[in-house]
Amino acid sequence: MSFVEYKEQIEDGDTAIVFLGHDSMFPVTIKHGSQTQTKYGVIRHSTDLIGKKFGSKVTCSKGGWVYILYPTPELWTMNLPHRTQILYSTDISMITMMLELKPGSVVCESGTGSGSLSHAIIRTVAPTGHLYTVEFHQQRAEKATEEFSQHKVDHLVTVKNQDVCKNGFGVSHVADAVFLDIPSPWEAIGHAKDALKIEGGRVCSFSPCIEQVQRTSLALVEHGFTEINTLEILLRVYDVRGISLPIPDFGTPAEEKGERSDADKSKRFPASQPGMAHFKSGVSPREMVGHTGYLTFATKSLF
Amino acid sequence: MAESVAEGLLIQEGDHVVMKKEDVYKAVQVQRRKKVIFEKQWIYLDNAVGKHYGTTFEITAGGNLQPKRNEVAAAEPKEAGADNRNIIDDGKSQKLTRDDIEALKEKGIKGQEIVQQLIENSTTFRDKTEFAQEKYIKKKKKKYEAIITIVKPSTRILSMMYYAREPGKICQLRYDTLAQMLTLGNIHAGSQVIVMETCAGLVLGSVMERMGGYGSVIQMYPGTGPVRAATDCFGFPKSFYKTLYEFPLSKVESLISGTFSGHTSVSTEQDSAEGEKESNGSALDKQEPAQEVDEDSCPAMEPESTVDSSQPENQGEMEVCGEENSEKDQNPEKKPIAMEKKRKQDERRKRESEAAVLLQNKNADGLIIASRFHPAPLLLTLLGFVSPSRPFVVYCQYKEPLLECYTKLRERGGVINLKLSETWLRNYQVLPNRSHPKLVMSGGGGYLLHGITVAREASKPSSTCPERTEEPAPKKLKLAELES
Repeated sequence: MSFVEYKEQIEDGDTAIVFLGHDSMFPVTIKHGSQTQTKYGVIRHSTDLIGKKFGSKVTCSKGGWVYILYPTPELWTMNLPHRTQILYSTDISMITMMLELKPGSVVCESGTGSGSLSHAIIRTVAPTGHLYTVEFHQQRAEKATEEFSQHKVDHLVTVKNQDVCKNGFGVSHVADAVFLDIPSPWEAIGHAKDALKIEGGRVCSFSPCIEQVQRTSLALVEHGFTEINTLEILLRVYDVRGISLPIPDFGTPAEEKGERSDADKSKRFPASQPGMAHFKSGVSPREMVGHTGYLTFATKSLF
Repeated sequence: MAESVAEGLLIQEGDHVVMKKEDVYKAVQVQRRKKVIFEKQWIYLDNAVGKHYGTTFEITAGGNLQPKRNEVAAAEPKEAGADNRNIIDDGKSQKLTRDDIEALKEKGIKGQEIVQQLIENSTTFRDKTEFAQEKYIKKKKKKYEAIITIVKPSTRILSMMYYAREPGKICQLRYDTLAQMLTLGNIHAGSQVIVMETCAGLVLGSVMERMGGYGSVIQMYPGTGPVRAATDCFGFPKSFYKTLYEFPLSKVESLISGTFSGHTSVSTEQDSAEGEKESNGSALDKQEPAQEVDEDSCPAMEPESTVDSSQPENQGEMEVCGEENSEKDQNPEKKPIAMEKKRKQDERRKRESEAAVLLQNKNADGLIIASRFHPAPLLLTLLGFVSPSRPFVVYCQYKEPLLECYTKLRERGGVINLKLSETWLRNYQVLPNRSHPKLVMSGGGGYLLHGITVAREASKPSSTCPERTEEPAPKKLKLAELES
């Protein structure tokens, strides 16, 4: 069983992540006799991968090497083939916690899209929970079904190819949580309420535009949901860098300057270069993701 | 089956629950005839027993609870002004005096009616805009209507509660940051996770919730014992605690060097607690300041809690946790106590050596650190117990120690995909024609350093080492971008 249970050794049929360094990685399906090309040369699955431990260093034909990693939902999110715009781990983490997902939770989701969130949900609700995911695009639904079975999590998920706004989730009063990532979530709130257990549960809707949020919130109020709350989470990544700034020269005489920089050295700057101050900094990248979507959460209560 | 479902749905005596009023939460244990204080009101939870979780109660005279039915407010013909050009603040718009209101309260009149009276006696209410009227009612309702909801504890609720009420006790770990940790750490059922935290047991509880009793958690603790005040608030079934181990940080060195005497101390059952310290105590033991061995890190946080106006309530929260112990202490029969103490000590030692065995396998599936200690030594030491290709996450309230961790991990090797990050959380008010961000939360949520472990090698890495290219050299960065 992959994706929901760690294992040590790489086997035939596994999905693994090839890590080339500096955010450069890609997924591979391990197959006897198969080869994978990297910029460091060829990797032969039978000899180089199968039987090795996840996390091993694998030497490629040109002498360069890569790491071969266990596929977590987070690594999958970074490497999956996009069929739609996807949800990233920052939003996923908030969705998982605010929907109170845990082993045993029954979750309804629509649309399935590229399955980024689906994998994370399955990981969290396993081994006793279940995901019912609805995708109205037939090809995407089929592709997702294929992936789930390849990742050996198909026993934890049911994919339905229907329109959630018209036909709902295909289940009634079984879910602990419902997640919506569709263009008109307000049309599915009634179905979400129906899918949730009688005693209640949590719902979340992801929308990029505030107008969508407004209509969804209104629909949530109309259907008797409480604790309606909209939020946005932004990830700031920092590059860790050694920085050197020149120390200005005030025309101080040479001997004195030497003395002072010596003193400075012992105090703050372990500088090898004179006239420069060195330090470590967490530097913000020039550009960052400013908006993915608004997350609207609500609770369905028994009353 | 049906019974167990009902059990989880209904509030029972002894349950750990969370009281909720608007956005304010407080965790308590349900006990009959026990006064709890919440939002300046005394409450008896007796009437909540047997009711469904999520029930909203009205606090009646004497602090009793009464389930509140949602009454549909009769739609009144509304009269409202267009703007506030004629509204003057003369301080005389409310015709009811403070004494009048107090008199109403003493008569035991419902909060709802007091609000109605206030509206009727406000001369400016009719001239206010519709939005302002709504706001006025909401404000007064909050003040006079005593309504609480009792909900089931969860990571969501407890992490929000702790961040709002006692951020000092959880190293300012904001709930969205905690959510990140659980996801980045790939915390899930069936794995074996090492947790080192000084967040009152909140991080531990959240990890246990995500593991659902499957797999195992090893809690590394400083001082004399792990702090689990927040863990207890989750109300986990006993079975969850069977998968929870604890191991003292002060014995890690001996475990690594192979001098750990856990096995022998089990057989020599006569050892007193003192003897245990001597036999296993290393230099590390003495380095720990005495005050760090406190039960729930209360004293250190005192200055913070004085800022919080609800300090007496905080103490109330602790009372619940301490209850059982203090009752046992009062037991006059001393012999059974000594027996019990010894039995517990033996049990503890047994668990400790079990934890030691798990650690010595060096095949943990993850490492989570969130503490008030410097993260670098913790990380460098504890990473040795983790399998290759597993995620680790370190939380720190400050960025600088994590910069140091980053540099030291690079020197150490055996890790890839290192990321230093922070999340910002923005809440929104969404109302027809009045949608806008509520407040910006920044800085205070802390920072995370996370990455993935890989196999370490004895030999020096070659020049085509991917790790090298990962070194943050801006020029190489650009090249890599161009290539891709």
